Amino acid sequence: MSTTRFDYVLCLADNPLILGQRLSEWCGHGPVLEEDLALTNVALDLIGQARLLLAHAGKLEGKGRGEDQLAFLRAESEYRNFTLVELPNGDFGRTVTRNLLFGAYQLHLWEALQRSRDSELAAIAGKSIKESRYHLRHAVDWTVRLGDGTEESHARMQAALDLLWPYTGEFFAADALDEAAAADGFGVPAGSLQGPWEDTVRPVLGEATLRIPEPTPFRSRGKGGMHSEHMGHLLAEMQYMQRTYPGLQW
Amino acid sequence: MVTEAQAWDALRAVPDPEIPVISVCELGIVREIRADANAVTVVVTPTYSGCPATEVIATSIRDALLQAGVEHVDIETRLSPPWTTDWIAPEAAERLRAYGIVPPSGVAPAGPRPLHFVPRLACPRCGSQQTERLSEFGSTACKATYRCLDCREPFEYFKPI
Repeated sequence: MSTTRFDYVLCLADNPLILGQRLSEWCGHGPVLEEDLALTNVALDLIGQARLLLAHAGKLEGKGRGEDQLAFLRAESEYRNFTLVELPNGDFGRTVTRNLLFGAYQLHLWEALQRSRDSELAAIAGKSIKESRYHLRHAVDWTVRLGDGTEESHARMQAALDLLWPYTGEFFAADALDEAAAADGFGVPAGSLQGPWEDTVRPVLGEATLRIPEPTPFRSRGKGGMHSEHMGHLLAEMQYMQRTYPGLQW
Repeated sequence: MVTEAQAWDALRAVPDPEIPVISVCELGIVREIRADANAVTVVVTPTYSGCPATEVIATSIRDALLQAGVEHVDIETRLSPPWTTDWIAPEAAERLRAYGIVPPSGVAPAGPRPLHFVPRLACPRCGSQQTERLSEFGSTACKATYRCLDCREPFEYFKPI
């Protein structure tokens, strides 16, 4: 049972960790200074949430692995994040579209995890949800502004949504780990988040005058450890310092 | 031996590293202090998960207590209940404003359905109500960036959370 809990918390940690890494790539490259700061502030929050979860996972595992070892010294197939969060940022519109799709998921996940039987996990959820509301609000504002904006911004937002939407199917595909964690009162059944997520996302996309793509049978499998071709490049950069100087501390 | 009251006094002089006009106690992050024979335990709650000041704050707290004569300092982190801007001391609000940061007002976004609502804030420098929000985030995650349309100065807003 403790392996289930460790794996489950690790899974939870990898999404904010990898998206935090992606968003931090915007540092110094934002379209305007204010948005450069906003994206990197969101990145910092996500990395902070990942640190809390990784430290907790390390305690559950009980083998002395800390947050740095878990964040930086695993092999690609051991990362359990959704494929969506590892995809390249693309333009600003694609970045905020992903922040909307993932941010709405994360909000409802934290909401449910506040009732976890694991009091530490519930506390992390209770803290993180407050931050996630601001992240989502930022993504909603920009999605509406750009989607219902100029011809150019609308076209870019629609292209971003067409590209990213199929990857959201993975959010709600149940696997054995989710089921075990949910049965234990520790986690959340993946499918239970789909309704609330759609209720949050669809009206925003409607207001942004964006068309939701038709469902496809495509399923990404990042959560199962089968990542896209982009993940290795991301990890090479993220892990460089710990691989080169093992045990390095700032 | 240093008493709990003396330890609180020592920490009231520790400024927040990002906003030095308020102390870590006024910020509401020191939740509890326990003192015994030669050790003091300080329970601290982080503001934002990603706040880079958290580690500096822990070091400043430790240094202040060692300076006050405590032999051994333990710092514990407590996540629940999560930090809220409601814990910022009321007397610190005016100091924030004088420093150019509008103190938090209203309520934090509550529901999953975000509101398209931007609170109208008075400029902390000239008092004008003609201000606009430039960004939901600022130099730190806890603040939003605004601009005064009359005196043209930018200012920050400590967001309610």
